[in-house]
Amino acid sequence: MSETHYKVPTMAEMAAEGKSPEILFWVGCAGSFDDRSKKITVAFVKILNKIGIDFAVLGTEEGCTGDPARRAGNEFLFQMQAMANIQMLDMYSVRKIVTACPHCFNTLKNEYPELGGNYEVIHHSVFLQQLIDEGRVKVQGGDNFKGRKITFHDSCYLGRANGIYEAPRTVLEALDADLVEMKRSRAKGLCCGAGGAQMFKDAEPGRKEVNIERIEEALGTGADTIAVSCPFCMVMMTDGVKNKEKEDSVRVLDLAELIAQAEGL
Amino acid sequence: MEYIQQILFAVVLGAAIWLIARRIGIIKKTIQLGRSEDRTDHPSERLGMMLRVAFGQKKMFDRPLVGIMHFILYAGFLLINIEVLEIILDGLSGQHRMFAPFFGSGYLYLLGFFEFLAVGVLAVCVIFLLRRDVVKVDRLQASKHREMKGWPKLDGNLILIFEIVLMVAILTMNAADSVLQDINSVHYTKAGDFLFSQFLKPLFSGWSESSLIALERGAWWFHIVGILGFAVYVTYSKHLHIALAFPNTYFARLIPKGEMNNMPEITKEVKIMLGMEADAAGTPPAAAEAPGRFGAKDVQDLSWKNLMDSYSCTECGRCTAACPANITGKKLSPRKIMMDTRDRLEDVGRNMQANSGEFVDDGKSLLGDYILEEEILACTTCNACVQECPILINPLDIILQLRRFQIMEEAKAPASWNGMFSNLETSQAPWKFSPADRFNWADELK
Repeated sequence: MSETHYKVPTMAEMAAEGKSPEILFWVGCAGSFDDRSKKITVAFVKILNKIGIDFAVLGTEEGCTGDPARRAGNEFLFQMQAMANIQMLDMYSVRKIVTACPHCFNTLKNEYPELGGNYEVIHHSVFLQQLIDEGRVKVQGGDNFKGRKITFHDSCYLGRANGIYEAPRTVLEALDADLVEMKRSRAKGLCCGAGGAQMFKDAEPGRKEVNIERIEEALGTGADTIAVSCPFCMVMMTDGVKNKEKEDSVRVLDLAELIAQAEGL
Repeated sequence: MEYIQQILFAVVLGAAIWLIARRIGIIKKTIQLGRSEDRTDHPSERLGMMLRVAFGQKKMFDRPLVGIMHFILYAGFLLINIEVLEIILDGLSGQHRMFAPFFGSGYLYLLGFFEFLAVGVLAVCVIFLLRRDVVKVDRLQASKHREMKGWPKLDGNLILIFEIVLMVAILTMNAADSVLQDINSVHYTKAGDFLFSQFLKPLFSGWSESSLIALERGAWWFHIVGILGFAVYVTYSKHLHIALAFPNTYFARLIPKGEMNNMPEITKEVKIMLGMEADAAGTPPAAAEAPGRFGAKDVQDLSWKNLMDSYSCTECGRCTAACPANITGKKLSPRKIMMDTRDRLEDVGRNMQANSGEFVDDGKSLLGDYILEEEILACTTCNACVQECPILINPLDIILQLRRFQIMEEAKAPASWNGMFSNLETSQAPWKFSPADRFNWADELK
């Protein structure tokens, strides 16, 4: 598809060559299987390639962190998943993990240590912010975002769960776009409706779907781009935009996709 | 005559202390029904948190106007207690305004300051009553939130009315006192006109000395009995937050909000299943004392901190107003989770009292009879409720423990969750994809 040749080394390949990458890119189930989220994964890998980050993925060896099982109440299943993942991560002597999924991020960072898995875990919003700060991502050569209205939807598992509010905004500011905030933002941000394993079942009876409540607020800002930093938020916000029949005028994009576009990747 | 007043006062004070102590005993005992959980680590961090959040009311100022008004009530409550101490000592010793000689001319300013607070408290209580019943702030309405129907609604109004009446009594007492000072009544220490109550003096100017003494004494007794009565009332009311906010913030979670508590008893079993641990010889003591139940069905299965949370809740509804499930019309209300937990705990406490300290099974449980499955299933675990609570109550922690019971003990899950579980077991992903296809996303890059 692309003229450029991108490398996506796996941990197994690296290990076979006796190498250990600087970082493991933890793709997550959504990033691996969901068609929309796969685009986020691809965008992030392009960025990693462009700036020459020494990374690898687990490929087919990766397995769910267990987050949805744990939130649903199935602690057995969570711990089975977690133990299997920890065994593999330790086998590859993984030290540093970057992921584009706040749910994976939260589980790997906060919940694996108690089960014996200790890694430095970074969400891609923070990672991208660091790359921008270091001048390694220049945010030029591609689409010009100047004057475009972007609103950022906080992911609960990045924001309230882990107190990360500024990194994604710093990334967006680098685009030189017009960042407009929703009334419910940062610590007061409204959930997209997918967390706590809601992604995997229908909502209970009510007046409204949570993502509709949220998309109305996002559209109310007049932004033409809704930036997200979570594959689940991506699904919910995209569905919301479709529900409001705004898919021609409003786009939902992940931070990695926005940066990749700005870099002309 | 004066001795009778002193004896009567001592009896009233003693009765109030006895009632409060007995009630505290019951509350303590029921909180201790909860699972043990160590919340004594990082004492200095905890102390700092308590000072900022409870003493300094940091989170109340998220809404600045309400924050300031609440702060006036809080400061009034704390500082007026200094005058209550004088009143109690007066009552026991038969003296009048015994602090006046110590403070000299400063006493007038001190009392002026107390009156300033009293008027502030009075005004804020009136505004808060208006917010509840006239402006109808959404989160406080029983018509919008079913958990507020009946007693909770009455309780909210009673507390404010109680405080208004007490403040009126204090001002009436001081005004009558000033008039008595003016006519050189023997017992009334010269202290001068007080900041606000002086404006009430014209009301009583034509009164006889005996009527004034009766009024002053009446207001004095009404005020102090009112305060003692209120103190007893508080222990049965949502207003208990005035005391429990302090320990509740001290013992709050220090770990990231996103982190769920681990279940070591399951870690042990999983390790055995995976062949990582051969036998129980290496089992740490904490895991060996595993409870007989996974997750929580009733209050005894929750941690003592969850139970303290429930007694600390003052039903302000900030959690519910921020809950995405509640906002969109689902049955879940984090405030109801807390109120149900407390109501169940109170029922268990009454059961124990009626059965000489032992709980006799009443066939009920927190999950099922108080909190419904539909409520806990609606939670997105977004932590908005946890974020909102001004005194660091954690409704999510309770919801997740109830879910664990529902799934692991009852095997009751929505069909689609069961599907998700089996997908995880067979293909290590929540969707039905083949693990072999997990890396296909990279195909377009190659």
